[in-house]
Amino acid sequence: MAEYKRSTLIADAPSGYCPGCLHSLATRLVSDVIEELGQGDNSLNVISVGCSALNILYWNGDFLSVAHGRAPAAATGIKRTNPERLVFAYQGDGDLAAIGLAEIMSAANRGENFTVIFANNQTYGMTGGQMAPTTLIGQKTTTTIYGRDPATTGYPMKMCELISTLEAPVYVARFALNSPKGVNDARKGIKKAFQLQMQGKGFTFVELLTNCPTNWHMTPLQTLDYMNTNTIPYFKPGVYKDTEVDEA
Amino acid sequence: MGEKRFMKGNEAIAEAAVRGGCRFFAGYPITPQNEIPEYFSWRLPEVGGAYVQGESEIASVNMVYGAAAMGTRAMTSSSGPGISLKAEGISYLAAAALPAVIVNISRGGPGLGSIQPAQSDYLQATKALGHGGFHAMVFAPNSAQEAVDVLYDAWDYAERDRNPVLVLMDGCLGNIMEEVELPPMKELKDEDLPEWSLTRRNGRDWQGNITPIYTELILEGINAAAGDMYKDWEENDVKVEEFMLEDAEYVVVAYGIASRVAKEAILNLREKGFKVGMIRPITLFPFPKKSIKNLDYGKVKGVIDIEMTIPAQMRDDITLQVMERCPVYEYGRSGGCLLDDEGVYEAIYEIVSGGE
Amino acid sequence: MIQINARLCKDCKYCIRFCPKQILETGTTRNSKGHFYPIVNAPEKCISCGICATMCPEGAIELPAKGDE
Repeated sequence: MAEYKRSTLIADAPSGYCPGCLHSLATRLVSDVIEELGQGDNSLNVISVGCSALNILYWNGDFLSVAHGRAPAAATGIKRTNPERLVFAYQGDGDLAAIGLAEIMSAANRGENFTVIFANNQTYGMTGGQMAPTTLIGQKTTTTIYGRDPATTGYPMKMCELISTLEAPVYVARFALNSPKGVNDARKGIKKAFQLQMQGKGFTFVELLTNCPTNWHMTPLQTLDYMNTNTIPYFKPGVYKDTEVDEA
Repeated sequence: MGEKRFMKGNEAIAEAAVRGGCRFFAGYPITPQNEIPEYFSWRLPEVGGAYVQGESEIASVNMVYGAAAMGTRAMTSSSGPGISLKAEGISYLAAAALPAVIVNISRGGPGLGSIQPAQSDYLQATKALGHGGFHAMVFAPNSAQEAVDVLYDAWDYAERDRNPVLVLMDGCLGNIMEEVELPPMKELKDEDLPEWSLTRRNGRDWQGNITPIYTELILEGINAAAGDMYKDWEENDVKVEEFMLEDAEYVVVAYGIASRVAKEAILNLREKGFKVGMIRPITLFPFPKKSIKNLDYGKVKGVIDIEMTIPAQMRDDITLQVMERCPVYEYGRSGGCLLDDEGVYEAIYEIVSGGE
Repeated sequence: MIQINARLCKDCKYCIRFCPKQILETGTTRNSKGHFYPIVNAPEKCISCGICATMCPEGAIELPAKGDE
């Protein structure tokens, strides 16, 4: 790295996220890429509900805060009426994979020309650590105190795999933010997604595997190891769909 | 001058909205309002607008939320069951202070109810369009022409107040064909976009942000300001038709389709010498309280609430203004059964001829 | 050479773990939020790889351009 300067798209203050929260890193990463692309003034962050809503007090760029799970719908209304703006929805796993499942799948299927950044930490962090659709089998939460049991709660939902089965999306990828390589890959993935949007190519989806030290009841460093041994083997990082493979 | 056309109520609504500046519509199919999204689907692209068929009523109203945040005149429509689903988004529109227009072409309820016309959503429209204790202005036109007039100006109210506007009609009015005179297309320029809109960042040095969530002290202030706004509406924005009240001994209160049937009955009763008049709320919220409160109760012997729903839903609002100065009666049909001339005539006749 | 903005640090220790030269360690003073923040114990060994900045969730570590240091 030749040079790194903190983006002005995030507040010159600590974020609202807990120590070691990779949501915070994800937000910072998105701000870095937007600034690198010179899109700071043109970007519009559609902020969802959950810990992602902490960005209301952290994000310095334009934003619209929306109802739980509805960010892809609101982004549709924004982008259809203002196609020139760089629009992205920033959603967590409860927001996107449970209450907002219809909205995300339908927006992806319509090929809406915006980007969804999906922070997957396998829990409802803001409400105190309940089971999410992405909670791993056996993982303990406040609503699965003996560990998630597939007999009654099913299996963790793989959103990249689901979305990549659709015809319309142009870029679908998953990255893990628990290592420098993962973060650097994620940065490239986010950049590619935004560039494809700027070229008018269509729907782009970037899933970022994150953590929740507070509700996983671990130190930040322990969460990174847990991700290596548990999260990453189930939610495999990689590019699931890329119709513009030669570009960007 | 205006252009005359013979149109279905639903289509007239859509055309008037387009002429009033609507450039975004998202909706989901539900009877009896389907002609509205169908019309928008081809009409909006003609004028440079956008139409999206949402995956649900919830998604549709949130698409409108997004478009409205950009300063675009945006609208959605549905019928009772779908309006229930939109309740979330309407509440968020009010919270985020976003203007939008929602049309409810109502049908029999509760639940899936029936697909036939009914005035079953008065309470929902006027008391609790969603959670959190907010109100929207509620217009209840009683003809295709009046619907055109209301829709044409609906965004002027919505943008003035930064609040959603509801237009409540029933399946009858949505589906009957009538002659309408259409107003000219409003020319909206980019410079006229509301200054709070998130449309143009370039040239604007402040952060554009719109949110439906606040810290408690700010929210309390917002709630109080909304309360003041509702009082202003009551002073300045009530629309009401008062019909043959001068000598009336009995006053019918009816809105929408019920008012048209009731008017027929009143004219027939007048021919027989019964002094009956009518108050027709055109805005259901703000409710025309003064019209009812200031009746000459030395003369008025009874007030009759006629609605196409059972039990009558407007009755409490009427009773509060009558203040026990005379009896309040109600008559209605429900479940999708239509009010008819004879039934309404007989019901009023029985009351005014001393049947009680 | 990296610059640590102590005010933004939350003491997650990611920078310390991933520093390839192992020249970062938790300091003994707290910032205004009550967090101990890292210090560079051997500045001369810093290779300006930026891995600590890459991993910092808060963007509390910056890597100035050569000449701006």
